[in-house]
Order: sequence, then C-alpha cells, then structure tokens
Amino acid sequence: MTASAFTTTSEPAADQTSPETTSSDATPLKVSALHKSFGSQHVLAGVDFKAEQGQTVVVLGRSGTGKSVLLKLIAGLQQPDSGSIRIHGQEIAGLEMDRLNQIRKKIGFLFQQAALYDSLTVQENVEFPLRRHTTLSDAERRQKVGALLASVGMEHDLNKLPSDISGGMQKRVGLARALALDPDLLLFDEPTAGLDPITAAEIGELILKLKKERNLTSVVVTHDVQGAKSFADRVILLREGKVVIDGTFSEVERSSDSFVARFLRDAA
Amino acid sequence: MITDAIEARNWLETFFEWFGEFGQFCVRVARASFGAPWEGRELVRQMDAVGSKSFPLVAVAGAATGVVLSLQTHASLTRFGAKAMLPAVIVFSIIKESGPVITALIVSGRVGAGIGAELGSMRVTEQIDAMEVSAVNPYKFLASTRVLACLCMLPLLTLVADASGIFLGWISTTLSQPITFRSFLHSGLKEATLSDFLPPTFKTAVFGLIIGLVSCFQGMRTSGGTAGVGRSATSSVVLSSLLIILADVILVRFIQVFLPS
Repeated sequence: MTASAFTTTSEPAADQTSPETTSSDATPLKVSALHKSFGSQHVLAGVDFKAEQGQTVVVLGRSGTGKSVLLKLIAGLQQPDSGSIRIHGQEIAGLEMDRLNQIRKKIGFLFQQAALYDSLTVQENVEFPLRRHTTLSDAERRQKVGALLASVGMEHDLNKLPSDISGGMQKRVGLARALALDPDLLLFDEPTAGLDPITAAEIGELILKLKKERNLTSVVVTHDVQGAKSFADRVILLREGKVVIDGTFSEVERSSDSFVARFLRDAA
Repeated sequence: MITDAIEARNWLETFFEWFGEFGQFCVRVARASFGAPWEGRELVRQMDAVGSKSFPLVAVAGAATGVVLSLQTHASLTRFGAKAMLPAVIVFSIIKESGPVITALIVSGRVGAGIGAELGSMRVTEQIDAMEVSAVNPYKFLASTRVLACLCMLPLLTLVADASGIFLGWISTTLSQPITFRSFLHSGLKEATLSDFLPPTFKTAVFGLIIGLVSCFQGMRTSGGTAGVGRSATSSVVLSSLLIILADVILVRFIQVFLPS
C-alpha cells in the first residue's frame, strides 16, 4: 500500500504541536515545526516559515528535499507526522474533510505536470471546480471560464483535449483552473519544469502578473533560480528537511553559508 | 528455512493489509454515495461506458454460450432419450448460471481493466490530487459513480446475454431439429417460475459491486508510474474475476436456501 493512496485527511496527525484549530492570526500561511517521514526517510525535519498577504515565497532545494511534499501538506493532500500548518489562522493538519474542503476552495494548486483531467476539454477542466462550488448560470460560467483562459492566453483552445496541447499550454490551463474559485493562496509545484526558456519565462511573467493584479499569496517550488528572481519576495532554501536560509533574494545571495553559495552558483 | 518463514509472514501481512485497506475503501465509497452533491452527469456517463459499450460483447458471448449449450447437450440428451428436454436445459442453464457468470466475467475483463487503468493513470499523473485540491471528493466523483454504474448495469447486461443465448440456442437447435421459436420458448419456460429467473439475474448486481469496488480500489491505490498502471489494470481483472467466482458459490447456495424455486 502506498503511503498516499488512502491516507485520510480526516484522521489527525500522530502528534500535533497545538490542539487549537483556529486563532485570530490572519497570516495567509504559517508553517511551524513541520515533520514528515516516509518509512525511515525523514523528508521534512522541522520546517518553519510563513507567507504574508501578497507575498510570493519561493522554495528552493535539491531534488528529494521534500519541496513537493511541503506543498502537498499545505494543500492537505498528505498529513504531517507533527507540526502545524495554519491558513489564515486555521489549523489544517488533522482537520476533518468537510472543513478542509472549505479551506481548499481558497487554495489554488498548479501541479508539476498540470494534472489536467485528460477526458475533459480545456473548457471543461476550468469549469470543473466552478460547476461544483458556485451557483453561476451556464452563461455566467462560460463567461468566467473565457475570462480565466484569456488571462493566461488560452482563450482560443476551449474545445481541445489536454493531449492536443503542449506542456506550456497545459500549465496555462492548469493555472486558469487553479484560479477558478478566486483563491487567496496559490501553490506552484515546479511551474517551469520541462518547458523551453521562452515558455518558462512566460509562465514566470504570468505569476508576476497575478501577484500584481490579484495581490495573491503564493508559494512556488522551483529549480529555476534565475526565473524565480523576477517574482520572489522571499526565498527559503531547504536542505535535509530543514530551512537553511529564509530571506529576500539579495539576502540569500549575500549569505556566507557554503551550501547556499554553492547552490546559487551551480543553479546559475 | 528462515527466509521461507519471513517470506510467508510478508505474504500474510500483505494479504491482510489488502483486505483491511479494501474495507476502509468500501466504507469511504459507501459514505460518499449518500448525500449531495449528486454526480448525475458522471453517473450517466459511467452507465453508458459500462452498459452500452459492453452490450455487443455481452450479446456475442451470450449467443456463443447458447450455441455451445445446444450443440453439447443435443447429443447427450438424444443418447438418454430426453431430446424433448433440450429447450428447457438450454433456457435453465442460461438464465440460472451461464448468462450471469459469463456476463460478469466479460464485464470484469472489459470494464474492470478500463477502470483500473483509468484511475491508475489519474493517480500517477496527480489528477486525483488535483480533484481533492478542488474540494471534490474523488470517492464520490470517481469511485461511487463507477461502482453504482456497474451495480445497475450488470443485471441489464445479463438480460441481454440471456436473450441472445436463448435465441441463438434456438437457432442452433432448429437447424438439427426444426422447432418454432414460440414452441422452443414455451417448452423451455413452461416449468420456470419467477424465482428461477429473478434471483440469478439480480445476483449479478453483487458481481457488479465486486467489479466496481475492486477495480476502483486497485486503480486509486496505484503507484509506480506507468508500470503501476499496467499492474492495476491486470490486478483489477484478476481479483474481480476471482471474487466473482467465489461469490457465485456463496450466492447460489444462499439462493437455494433462502429463495428456493
């Protein structure tokens, strides 16, 4: 049995650091002392960071350091072994499914491979969350889908299947779908992975545009250090499941830590 | 010796783990099946995928069964001087056992593999995760709709297999011993009652439940990329076929005891 297949979001994590589930803290995202293991592999070993309203936090680190796991924990797709994840003050670790789903409606997630539903067209993919969580009429829904797809430059491919469009286009549609319910918090898992430099830059510009237009709080996991410079307000670098450094890009670049310096040098 | 013992222990652990997780999965699907939102469009789409698209295959399998039964039993009954029993033997064989079991095995092969591969592919490409992040319950949208579609369509497909089996059984019979279809049916059904017909037909709803639950379970627990998808498709068919055969033994005895003809 895989660890993720039926790990329930309604079952509490083994050891929560705080029994409280809500607080008056309005910080969009606050992660404290987060631990996650798979078997004997301790992937996250006490991660702490927070994202303020409108901030774009870029998470860097070598492959296998738990960056994607961190995003899945924030989205409630996996349960932490211990620690706390608060979204607008609401503890989500161990939250029962119904309440977690209420919070998820305010989270957008762009997956590494876009994760579009391959039996649905581009339009139906973006419509999917709207159909289930809004009372929009067909016309209003079509109008909203059109506007979302136009905002990512995909308004001309409504009836194509995901298999008929390129990887970059899939990412754009995935982003439109992630924005469908007007989220407060956007999570990006390797948004530019596998794309050519021009398409990767276009995706970076889209992230920047979203930040400016919607004042969204975002967490971006990426290996594209140069691209991340354009939209990152803060950078955290993970090593062996821990945050090595947390600061602005220029603070990170000035760091005297040998691992940080080597990571940035090799990434360049 | 020690290695054998460790292997046996691991095998037993895996065996019981599977049943435990399958039980948990069934509870989640059952809970997801009741209450709004109702996924009517997806349910109809799945009924079409399970029912309409299995129709030709099931009809051909039923027809082949009717012909084979006619060919095989004709000689035997003639030898024992019971040739007049041929229509009744064909009709009873098909409606009581051959039709239901063959339909279930055919659907388990076609639909079970399809569900296992589709959901497996959705799992490894993070589409199921994307659904959960969209606050949509995959146990309702993906599993519950497919399980319900299998449960509802199996009895209907069984009727198709029964009808085509009886019809082709008559054609095969009438080629060697001319008889009108009306006489064939009259002769075949004159001793039959509803209790001969209904329990075997409706027991296929249980077979449908098995196909739906096992295939969705195997698909949604897929891991290991495309190789894992292949394994899920295969195991969906193997496990659901095996469980159908075992369930048939239990259901036949159950029907004999509690719903005798």
